[in-house]
Amino acid sequence: MANAQEMLVTQDKFTHRKNLKKDIKHSLGEYIIEKIIFCLGITSVIIFSLIFLFLLRTGLTLFRDVSLKEFLFSKNWFPISVNPQYGILPLVAGSLLITAGAILISVPIGVGCAIYISEVAPPKTKMVLKVIIEFLSAIPSVVLGFLGIVVLANWVRISFSLSSGFTALTGSILVSLMALPTIITISDDAINALPKEYREASLALGATKWETIINVLVPAASSGIIAAIMLGIGRAIGETMTVMMVTGNAAKIPDTFLTSARTMTATIAAEMGDTVRNGTHYHALFAVGIVLLMMTTCINLIADFVLNRARKEGR
Amino acid sequence: MSKISVKDLNLFYGDFQALKNITLNIEEKKVTALIGPSGCGKSTFLRSLNRMNDLIDGVKIKGDLKLEEQDIYQKDVDVVALRRRVGMVFQKPNPFPKSIYENVAYGPRRYGIKTRKQLDEIVEKSLKKAALWEEVKDRLSKSALGLSGGQQQRLCIARALAMEPEVLLMDEPTSALDPIATAKIEELIVELKKEYTIVIVTHSMQQAARISDETAFFLMGEVVEVDTTQKIFTKPRDKRTEDYVTGRFG
Ligand SMILES: Nc1ncnc2c1ncn2[C@@H]1O[C@H](COP(=O)(O)OP(=O)(O)OP(=O)(O)O)[C@@H](O)[C@H]1O
Ligand SMILES: [Mg+2]
Repeated sequence: MANAQEMLVTQDKFTHRKNLKKDIKHSLGEYIIEKIIFCLGITSVIIFSLIFLFLLRTGLTLFRDVSLKEFLFSKNWFPISVNPQYGILPLVAGSLLITAGAILISVPIGVGCAIYISEVAPPKTKMVLKVIIEFLSAIPSVVLGFLGIVVLANWVRISFSLSSGFTALTGSILVSLMALPTIITISDDAINALPKEYREASLALGATKWETIINVLVPAASSGIIAAIMLGIGRAIGETMTVMMVTGNAAKIPDTFLTSARTMTATIAAEMGDTVRNGTHYHALFAVGIVLLMMTTCINLIADFVLNRARKEGR
Repeated sequence: MSKISVKDLNLFYGDFQALKNITLNIEEKKVTALIGPSGCGKSTFLRSLNRMNDLIDGVKIKGDLKLEEQDIYQKDVDVVALRRRVGMVFQKPNPFPKSIYENVAYGPRRYGIKTRKQLDEIVEKSLKKAALWEEVKDRLSKSALGLSGGQQQRLCIARALAMEPEVLLMDEPTSALDPIATAKIEELIVELKKEYTIVIVTHSMQQAARISDETAFFLMGEVVEVDTTQKIFTKPRDKRTEDYVTGRFG
């Protein structure tokens, strides 16, 4: 009997405590850590809210001087003329055009390249390609912009016989160059992460390699591929400076890819330095910022929706 | 008549020899069972019958493997055409992340069957054959990954049947199924052998005895004995076979 008691005690030291009462020291530590993490979390929310409020307040002040209708629908952005006009349409059009162009260029190339690397290329070619892509992503974007001015813009000017090579197309090509490494790497990961059973099942059903890729692998990896595209383009669009270097920046609604265009981000970056604090122009740039924020939020929401749906279909 | 005849088949995974001098005939419109302890090469052998081992890096295969007098490892053989004639159900259920309907219609679509009506017919017929129709007929457009493991396996069987292959390779098709579904699949196999040649890997001696006509006993990459199922289970020639089928193995 005594022996058994002793055994219980020694066991107690090594295994779990037998009583179920809370250990004060233990739960206090837990409590403190929980609170600290909560504070850190709330801080980021507060900071973001403050930024948002500031942006909103400053931006909305614009509408004391300019009507909402003019801001949204006027086709002219002439902030420093004698008779200033603040129409955001050309900037929105420029941003959308360059982004759309970049997507059109980088999605087929990027996804195609990812498929080639993960499914088709022999191991050595695969290695070489991966190194090249790594290298491409390591080029600082300003250097790319510089090459864009010297090489790309020239090439665009000559091949399309234009008077200037600084066009929306040039911007789109540059953005897609910057987006490609991200798109390729993440899509490749997404395809590689698929269980090999999918491949086997499809091939065993008498599908060719190509049919397997198109009908099984790409749809199964679609959520990852869409995420890759979003990330790639999102990141590249954020490279305001690079785009600004090659698009010519004329603030008019571009009617083709071969004319100069100006993005919202480039406008804010280029003009903010010249504004009078709390002037109309200053407020207008903040209002452009609000529009930009709303557009990116919308795009993120749509992407989330698409991803969720793709995920549901998958499972 | 032999549907498939294998002579002196040797298979290597890199340096490891997984199959040694396999010589075996698979009779047309019969059920051939492959039995043997885990790791003895049953799946490997099965996968070499429709060249699924081609997908694994570093596999070397030597020997003769004929499907109706045609050597399937010849250079000019169209693997896609071969796999349409020799269908397969895998050891682990592997449905596509698509709807139940699309899973079954996948093979026929690759043949070029496009009209909805034809596909509907094939899907219904195949699912009925695989004893799954009643359970899924109201949710054909739902994802196949939402099915239970046993249902997924029957879906994979339906998917293979939809191609109407001549030979059906089944790697432990009932290992994930309950006794009722197992009985249904066994019934199905007996039914199918009227039209198809079936090769089935199984760990269940009772199953092999119930449904197969021929049985091959594998051990460490070799075929120890192959004969009619009745002989293997009542009068095996080899001591090792006897030990295995009577459960005294090891
Ligand atoms: N891809 C592979 N690479 C290397 N060795 C492999 C590979 N696949 C199987 N093997 C080996 O080949 C041998 C036979 O494997 P196989 O899968 O054919 O066994 P099995 O008889 O089907 O076993 P089980 O009854 O457990 O399914 C095993 O020793 C296994 O380790
Ligand atoms: Mg196996």
